[in-house]
Amino acid sequence: MARLRIEGVSKRYGEVVAIREVTLDVADGEFVVLLGPSGCGKTTTLRVVAGFVEPDSGSVELGSRDITWLPPWKRNAGLVFQNYALFPHLTVAQNVAFGLEMRKTAAADMGRRVGDALKLVRLEHLAERVPRQLSGGQQQRVALARALVFHPDVLLLDEPLSNLDAKLRQDVRVEIRELQRTLGLTTVMVTHDQEEALTMADRLVVMQDGAVRQVGTQQDLYERPCDRFVAAFVGRSSFIEGEIEASGSFRSRGGLALNCAPGAPGPATLALRPERILLGHAPQPGVDNNLPGVVEFVSYLGATVDMHVRISAKERVVVQIPNRAGGLVPQVGEQVHVAWLIANSIVFPGSA
Amino acid sequence: MRPGTANARSLGRLALKAGAGVTLAYILTPLLFVTWLAFFQQEIPSFPPEGYSLRWFLAIPGNDRFVSGFLLSLEVAVIATAIGLLLGLPAALCLARTQFAGHEAVMSLLLLPVIVPGIVLGIALYVFQVEAEIATGLPLLGSLGGLIAGHVLLVIPWTLRLVSASLAGLDRSIEEAAQNLGANRWVTFRRVTLPAIRPGVVAAALFGFVASFGNLEMSLFLVGPGRTTLPIAIIQYLEWKIDPTIAAVSVLQVLLIAVAMLVTDRFVRISRMV
Repeated sequence: MARLRIEGVSKRYGEVVAIREVTLDVADGEFVVLLGPSGCGKTTTLRVVAGFVEPDSGSVELGSRDITWLPPWKRNAGLVFQNYALFPHLTVAQNVAFGLEMRKTAAADMGRRVGDALKLVRLEHLAERVPRQLSGGQQQRVALARALVFHPDVLLLDEPLSNLDAKLRQDVRVEIRELQRTLGLTTVMVTHDQEEALTMADRLVVMQDGAVRQVGTQQDLYERPCDRFVAAFVGRSSFIEGEIEASGSFRSRGGLALNCAPGAPGPATLALRPERILLGHAPQPGVDNNLPGVVEFVSYLGATVDMHVRISAKERVVVQIPNRAGGLVPQVGEQVHVAWLIANSIVFPGSA
Repeated sequence: MRPGTANARSLGRLALKAGAGVTLAYILTPLLFVTWLAFFQQEIPSFPPEGYSLRWFLAIPGNDRFVSGFLLSLEVAVIATAIGLLLGLPAALCLARTQFAGHEAVMSLLLLPVIVPGIVLGIALYVFQVEAEIATGLPLLGSLGGLIAGHVLLVIPWTLRLVSASLAGLDRSIEEAAQNLGANRWVTFRRVTLPAIRPGVVAAALFGFVASFGNLEMSLFLVGPGRTTLPIAIIQYLEWKIDPTIAAVSVLQVLLIAVAMLVTDRFVRISRMV
């Protein structure tokens, strides 16, 4: 395994910019997830690393090698495709052996390593099957074994779980993560599923419109999103538009006067996490912001309940409350009070 | 469900079956008649048959024109199919993978031989070979090479169409997977692309072979003196006689092609291709 460095990589197709100035450093053994909506450039970035997309500028280094201009077959990167891309005419064992064959591994050694790789993904009993006789989850594990067996310098995962059903996805997440830790694999995964990203990554890279928006741990992104996009994409947020009138005082478009962290006056957006807002029938003593409101919509999610509370003619916030035994669940139309601490609101300068 | 609906549905199903049966009969009747005729005893086919015999089949090996015609047709078809594949396969790959100005035009041009009437193609090739022979002094006219070159044109459209269809259904990511695992372009083609499109290639070879083997119109212009393909031998025989020999030869020809198709279908499911 090795360290992966992507340095200022850009790629455009005609007028369309696929990725711009993407820079990323993945440490040896680190699991980095590229997260973003479709078309944000995450897959293009992965394909630049795999060698299927030639960048217009920038460089890619793997270990001590500059691989920017190497063809895919000389990169020693293991890629797991979204649709697994198993060779339909070869057995499971032959699929896994392919990378070793290309590296002219001795026959005896090859048999042992294919066996080990299949054992790793617990498929040794299916070695002689062909891919179409396997379930989606099994195919996914064959693809993983095939990408790992030749000891790649980096493991690349392109939405590897998106074709699995929800229940299986949960298990495979953990499985891949444990495998990655045990083997110390430098890994880059692409996904649009934030829950998947949050469960698996050491570090996340949020991308939008071809550019990296923020790089950080789960906590960094959730507690300190750098902009409105990240605040909306990682976890959920309610946004209140308005302006900072004086340091520490925020006036919403709907006319609400709110207390916020110190900052320069000007247009701004206030972001609130649904579970950080307090809900009650009376104002909460000692909390910075207290506002009366009316429940407009309730969605009952089981463990939690989402309340959509109107706090002004132009503003509505989502409040998530735990669904405790005997706990109070306000009904639609009920008068309530919402409250939050300054520390639990984030202010982004500028308007949307 | 209301009983009326169920009745209407079974009636519709019956009509569908009847339609399919009529079509099938329409296709098979001439074939069945030819086969039947091949076993008639009398020389002038008339109904009802006076008796049955294998004499027409037994006479074929003794007829030199049929034997040499068969061998020539076989030789030409095999070589033309091989060359047609060698040319058509790269062309199909290139057309499937690249976009360039005139892409459609090149595609149409290569498919043209199945659209242009065989007679026209034959005359055109004949005139071309005459002119080429005058210009270069090479003995092209009536040569085996000239005949095969013409037949290659019959194979290319089949190769192009069937291989292109296979390529369109090919998942490109398996080629990328091979490259990711360390296979260069050539190894990827040999180990992954070719096996994946094999049904299309085999079907192309088979249909190209049949198109060449059964071709009459073009061959008429391109064969040299003393060189006769099987279809030409059949036509020439018919000018003199109408005894069931022709039926017997046709039955053998149909059998040969049918067996070839069935055998190939066992290895690759060409029935899925066409």
